[in-house]
Amino acid sequence: MEKTISFTLNGKPASVKVDDERMLLWVLRSDLGLTGTKFGCGEALCGACTVIVNKQAVRSCSTAVKDVAGKQVLTIEGLGQNGLHAIQQAFLKHHAFQCGYCTPGMILTAYALLLQTPKPSEEQITRHMEDNLCRCGAHVRIVEAIQEAAGAAKGGV
Amino acid sequence: MVVNRRGFLAIAGPGLFVFFGGERASAYQQEPGRIPARTAAAADFNAYLRIGADGRVTCFAGKVELGQGCGTLLSEILAEELDVAYEQVDVVLGDTDLCPYDMGTFGSMTTPYLGPPLRAAGAEARAVLLQMAAEQLGAPADRLRVNAGVVTDPASGKHVAYGQLVEGKRIERHMEKVAPKPVKSYTLVGHSPADRKDGQEKVTGKAKYAGDFIPPGLLHARLVRPPAHGATLKSVDTTAAEKLGARIVKEGDMVAVLHERPDLADRALGLVKAQFERPQPSVDDKSIFDHLLKTAPRPQPVGRPAGDVAEGEKQATAIVEETYLNSYVAHAPMETHTAMAVIEDGKATVWVSTQAPFMLKPQLAQAIGFAPEKVRIIAPYVGGGFGGKTAGPQAVEAARLAKVTGKPVQVMWNREEEFFFDTFRPAAVVKIRAGLNGAGKIVLWDGSLVGGGDREGRPFYDIPNQRTVSAGGWQGGNPPGMHPLDVGAWRAPSVNTNTFARESHMDVLAAKAGVDPLEFRLNHLTDARMRRVLETLARQFGWKPAKGPTGRGVGVACGMYSNAYSATMAEVTVDKSTGHVRVKRVVSALDVGMTLNPDGMRQQMEGSITMGLGYALTEEVRFKDGEVLDHNFDTYTIPRFSWLPKIETILVDNPENPPLGGGEPPIITIGAVLANAIYDAAGVRLLQLPMTPERILGALKKA
Repeated sequence: MEKTISFTLNGKPASVKVDDERMLLWVLRSDLGLTGTKFGCGEALCGACTVIVNKQAVRSCSTAVKDVAGKQVLTIEGLGQNGLHAIQQAFLKHHAFQCGYCTPGMILTAYALLLQTPKPSEEQITRHMEDNLCRCGAHVRIVEAIQEAAGAAKGGV
Repeated sequence: MVVNRRGFLAIAGPGLFVFFGGERASAYQQEPGRIPARTAAAADFNAYLRIGADGRVTCFAGKVELGQGCGTLLSEILAEELDVAYEQVDVVLGDTDLCPYDMGTFGSMTTPYLGPPLRAAGAEARAVLLQMAAEQLGAPADRLRVNAGVVTDPASGKHVAYGQLVEGKRIERHMEKVAPKPVKSYTLVGHSPADRKDGQEKVTGKAKYAGDFIPPGLLHARLVRPPAHGATLKSVDTTAAEKLGARIVKEGDMVAVLHERPDLADRALGLVKAQFERPQPSVDDKSIFDHLLKTAPRPQPVGRPAGDVAEGEKQATAIVEETYLNSYVAHAPMETHTAMAVIEDGKATVWVSTQAPFMLKPQLAQAIGFAPEKVRIIAPYVGGGFGGKTAGPQAVEAARLAKVTGKPVQVMWNREEEFFFDTFRPAAVVKIRAGLNGAGKIVLWDGSLVGGGDREGRPFYDIPNQRTVSAGGWQGGNPPGMHPLDVGAWRAPSVNTNTFARESHMDVLAAKAGVDPLEFRLNHLTDARMRRVLETLARQFGWKPAKGPTGRGVGVACGMYSNAYSATMAEVTVDKSTGHVRVKRVVSALDVGMTLNPDGMRQQMEGSITMGLGYALTEEVRFKDGEVLDHNFDTYTIPRFSWLPKIETILVDNPENPPLGGGEPPIITIGAVLANAIYDAAGVRLLQLPMTPERILGALKKA
């Protein structure tokens, strides 16, 4: 049903008049023009569409836009608004991407991890990142980048 | 058809232009049907560079950035030869209007074919600029120094920037024979730049892929698809979809639902009632191997035979014959096939996730009835290819729909379509019969490759009596119905299959001879480069010679691809109660001649090892009667973070040899090295990829 849904998007108020059962991914990409959030599988199996909603990593391909009403949504476009975030810097430094298609989802999933667990062990990183897929095989460097960002973040993101 | 130099210059504006090609490059990358390079004016180049009045250096090449970092490598080479800062170099790739013809980005060919001429072109441009600077500064050219694009006369202290030299001028040069710098003097090439060229855009979400171009009025198209290959559409009812506000296009075999929101197009497609007639029951992922053997064409010899296999049979005191199998494997790039087409003023511009924009251009032109010069293909960042994006059927769909609707149209396949229309790595059957003499030397090798293709099918080992034949493969030309699913190039086509079979069989023979598997290989190798790669690898790995199986779970495998030498050692554990394999450590060594971008090469090696775990352990496409049963990543399992072994990469640097590409060679050994390590751990030989827990348990039960 068409409704006006308001939420905070990358720190600014946002409002869309849409069928509120639609998935956040397509509203972000098509209605709001934020194409940094990627389609990969459509069934919450790959993590390419990951965004942050109220500090949690969620799969935007499977999150109805009505479920973010009144909430804080952060996409990759919002993360480095005031200079690159430590995680982005670390991904750059370690070349923790190849094709880059999974990268926004990887970075935001890592961001959620460091919010919860500022100094994760390697095992915690692996467990937390497990359901984000990368076909190029940048995994080794992604883990290194998250470790570095955790160090650089000095206990807080 | 030939886009000539004038065409480029009209677009490219003023500055200094150096056009370049090179013998190997022009032989390989020449446009089909083009007259030989040297007799055709302005046709003997396949890339060019421009130095603009702003001092920026731009390289135009028809390659595509798939993630392999080609933009980074090309920039590095130019910065080095021109003495400009890496940050001053831009790369324009994959645009058929701006870049000269290029066959496509595959086969690890960017480095060997474009690297050397690019070095020479940079050197040429530098020489021209130095001559101009010499005139302007009134000093001999050989006295001048260049740093970050500024030419200085140390005697007078006067200086001038490259940009100033070319300002308001248009200078065209074809590459002459100016020698590039000696490799030893390089400070950037061979040392890796600080950042990848595509880094900033990729970590900020600004990097644009084909699906990210969203012009006003864009319609998203979803197409009615058959449930199985070979199914035919009998009837279609689109009434309900139309009620949802979707536009319907029926044209020939195509039924499409279009909407300005992609998800609403998808919802509308769900309301289309389509009746298909399914094909006759045929073959599935279990019966495929018998099917391949039955339908294979007449085998053709691979490479030159040696000696006489009948003589080998006589000399052999022990003969081992095995049949190695692998299933269809998907490319599964994270970005599905995507295209967006705009038709304006009789010209079609299509942004496409493709590895081969120049191959697509004439096909797409023909499909929409346009002259080729009225079609522009742009391959922006591509979200992974691995050989799966060499054709561009989704671009043809988008262009046809843009033509019908008069609106820009995007086609983005969903994951199910991606699995359904993939050009899989072919299923294959490799039979090898080999014999040893009393001294433990191989005296017979009789190989038969069916379905997978012939590349690297002939062993590089010293074997006096050998022949290998091949029937059918990934390149097409197979008898109709031999491969019931579309097949094509998959990262190192043929070679994963053939290396798995050969290197597994080498281990079988080593065990039969009672010799350490590494020593057994070295006993049959005179190629100094392969020996050096293996020996370097063994030192780093800490290989302790023993006859297998030792229970330690270690394995070795080596192979060649596109003239590169690759060898891998691995350590695994096998849980004998579950059949689960844990890969603990993988060490990979690679000789690609001179290494231009060591960190880029390591990224490719790490990526190859990680991706290789998938085809070795879990990945196989299940299908039945033309229906692809895997639709998404829930049943088709690709490698994940928890699978990661400790990965170590060794670049066996060989600066005297020309540089080779490294995106494919390191993956070819992964199937065999894990099969060999599993054998060493559990004492069972896995003859079929992937080596799933079920197959391992099955082998353990039989043992």
